[in-house]
Amino acid sequence: MHDDNEYKIEAKSDNVSDVGTFESVTTSDVDYLPPKEIPDQDLYHSHSWWTTYVFSQDAKYIGIQYAFTAIGTGLLGLILSWLMRMQIAFPGLGLLEPAAYYQFVTMHGMIMVVYLLTALFLGGFGNLLIPLMCGSRDMAFPYVNMLSYWMFLIAVIVLLASFFVPGGPTGAGWTLYPPQAITAGTAGSNAGITLMLISLVLFVAGFTMGGLNYIVTTLQYRTQGMTLMRLPLTVWGIFTATVLAMFAFPALLVGCIMMTLDNVLGTSFFMPTIISMGEKLGTEGGSPILFQHLFWFFGHPEVYIVALPAFGIVSDLISIHSRKTIFGYRMMVWAIVGIGALSFFVWAHHMYVSGMSPWFGYFFATTTLIIAVPTAIKVYNWILTLWKGNIQLTLPMLFALAFVVTFVNGGLTGIFLGNVTVDVPLSDTYFVVAHFHMVMGIAPILVIFGAIYHWFPLITGRMLDEGMGRIHFWVTFIGSYLIYFPMHYQGFVGVPRRYFEIYDSPYMSVSGLSLNAFITVAALIVGATQLLFLYNLIFSARAGKKAEKNPWKANSLEWLTPEMPPGHGNFGKELPKVYRWAYDFGVPGAKEDYIPQTTPPSAVVGSKVEKS
Amino acid sequence: MLALIFAHVLVLIAVGSVIFHFWSPWWWTEVASNWGGMDDTILLTFWITGVVFVAICFFMAYCVWKFRYQKNRRSDYNPENKKLEFHLTWLTAVGVAALLAPGLIVWNDYVTVPKNAVKIEVLAYQWDWKYRLPGEDGILGKTDINLVNDENPFGLIQGDKNGMDDLLVDGNELHLQINKPVKFELRSLDVLHNFYVPQFRGKMDIVPGMITYYWIEPTRTGDFEILCAEYCGTGHYAMRGRVFVDEKNDYDNWMAKQITFEKFLAKNSKEKIKTIKLAKN
Repeated sequence: MHDDNEYKIEAKSDNVSDVGTFESVTTSDVDYLPPKEIPDQDLYHSHSWWTTYVFSQDAKYIGIQYAFTAIGTGLLGLILSWLMRMQIAFPGLGLLEPAAYYQFVTMHGMIMVVYLLTALFLGGFGNLLIPLMCGSRDMAFPYVNMLSYWMFLIAVIVLLASFFVPGGPTGAGWTLYPPQAITAGTAGSNAGITLMLISLVLFVAGFTMGGLNYIVTTLQYRTQGMTLMRLPLTVWGIFTATVLAMFAFPALLVGCIMMTLDNVLGTSFFMPTIISMGEKLGTEGGSPILFQHLFWFFGHPEVYIVALPAFGIVSDLISIHSRKTIFGYRMMVWAIVGIGALSFFVWAHHMYVSGMSPWFGYFFATTTLIIAVPTAIKVYNWILTLWKGNIQLTLPMLFALAFVVTFVNGGLTGIFLGNVTVDVPLSDTYFVVAHFHMVMGIAPILVIFGAIYHWFPLITGRMLDEGMGRIHFWVTFIGSYLIYFPMHYQGFVGVPRRYFEIYDSPYMSVSGLSLNAFITVAALIVGATQLLFLYNLIFSARAGKKAEKNPWKANSLEWLTPEMPPGHGNFGKELPKVYRWAYDFGVPGAKEDYIPQTTPPSAVVGSKVEKS
Repeated sequence: MLALIFAHVLVLIAVGSVIFHFWSPWWWTEVASNWGGMDDTILLTFWITGVVFVAICFFMAYCVWKFRYQKNRRSDYNPENKKLEFHLTWLTAVGVAALLAPGLIVWNDYVTVPKNAVKIEVLAYQWDWKYRLPGEDGILGKTDINLVNDENPFGLIQGDKNGMDDLLVDGNELHLQINKPVKFELRSLDVLHNFYVPQFRGKMDIVPGMITYYWIEPTRTGDFEILCAEYCGTGHYAMRGRVFVDEKNDYDNWMAKQITFEKFLAKNSKEKIKTIKLAKN
């Protein structure tokens, strides 16, 4: 990506005349597009190295900054998980103290869910893909977008700083349930938890700045002809996830602020009268369950904030690499929107045994199982897209298909936990750990890998190495299945989660030691393979095979820029015009097996396009 | 070639998972309470979802192999099929309802405590358990956390008639009588806990500031481990106790050894006098 600005792409509001006709109206009637309603954006042009690469306002760079920061933080999360697994499987080594174990559990969870997955999907892929796929030059508010990244970075730094304060980071579990999060029996109950809460508040503030951009850009700055129902599902997924985040994060923010007050000023939002370690605290009348409601009002939509972008991206990957239209596009869009809306009505299924009124159980079990219906529809449509396709098992496709298997597995175990009675014996056991790692750990990560293999040429102009990619794929896919599938059976046995030591107990009919050791070894191998992937990224960015333009023969706009990687302003002198959806693969009568979105009907006269 | 391998791997994952299920020695220990219904709902869900998982893996394996890339072939052009989508939707809805209904029925039993259930108070604190049983009146006396101290570990209100005859169990071992429903009334002094005995299947968080509950009926005798199932700080993993399910005779013998709150107070004040005397000497 170079920053010299050869095209004069400053906003020209006189492009749009008062009568609403565009300057370059196409003559042909078949190619008629309704006129633009919104003038082109003003584009910020950087003039120095600093403002181009560091304090960048170009969404593509911001996306890459987000991705690097998120992956770097995620690596720490990975190492923490190694240490935890070593402790569980080989307690004889005496690797960790209980306090350190719980601190690592907590930081691993929070890093992976918020600072890796959320940041990478929305901040990373959102910034990279929304403007390019909508056909706009940049995000709506580039300066705020830049601030968003820097707030995120500060949030990460504050989070990491908690490793170095007295008492260390919080060991409260990623759910941060009070009272234990802020009482003496938990590690990091003073400085550690305070920094965690501050970091989350900063993250929410930074995310809101970015989120406004994703929403407004998608709604306002789509190029001429790009109707909402022509958008790639990737944009639909990221867009809907951002809307969810805008409603869900405030609940987390409020919870964080109240708990900070409880901890620092001694208020009693979440604190009843308590005798902690034989000493009576001065708190009175607060409700620990209130925090859980706030946390899960955020926490459940958060699952879909991660899942919906994955759904969208994987739909595109499956369609492109099967050379087939996505099956049931409209149903897919409505399923994304429907899942998003329903996700605000299911939060208390995390709280069946929390002590809330047992009558809630009926309601939340019903809503939870209802959400399984649109989710199942998405799965059907993915696999029906494969039917009679022309399937290329490229690396992105392998990861996409691995996602479907993993997601179906993790989604089905969600039906266990969502169904209130089944949840009672399984909740707080390793079944839960296995379920959520499968469905919102491994599954989205597989999509992220697929997406990186897919869009790497767009970012660097080079392909990732196929050989290393294959090893990475097989070990990650099969390895993570071997980690988490047997783990469900520990849950059936009844092994509670968050136990520093899982020694054999009378309630286990068979020793679990060998299973624990097996899972840990698999986790070490899968984790180490990620280093190969990182090496591949660095190696291929410098010396990978040069990618041809539009290497996957896709239809969406990000591949149709005048240069690849796209330059500043994305689309050269004129924005592209869109005449069709992104899924015209294998159209009967067309010369090629794909028709890019910018191809006007007059150029493919003989084709029998059903939906555009 | 890759298509062939990948298709086989998909089949292997499906078949392997089923084989693991049958081969795996890791499975729940026999239920020791009336909540066998929970096991049944798990099994029902397991088999329905298991069939779906295997079917999807097989379908994908078939597609990956059958429709593998060929240069001169075009994929079928079929963007929508409303009829198929409609049928799949209602079929899924019916399947989901079939899983939900039995779940809700068992849940209804779980939250409806039988009238004859014996109330037992479980008092959780970092990181151990205490228990209190009602006296002959069958009523647990009122408590106040502000009264909790070494001489009154449960914070019972002195002078409350219902409380003076309550039995305070010494140590973290509890006994239950077989086939007698009990309602656990759960109290915490400090943070969240959860009173969990894997063989009983039941579970409920213990929340400071309120009393939560659930009920079970022990159905076989034995000696079971109590685990805390809600993270409660650094000592969480070590917060374990024991519960014995006894035949009536054994249970009565154990009950006879427990002392009432009244006697507990008297014993305490005697010891106090002793210590004062010792101190004077």
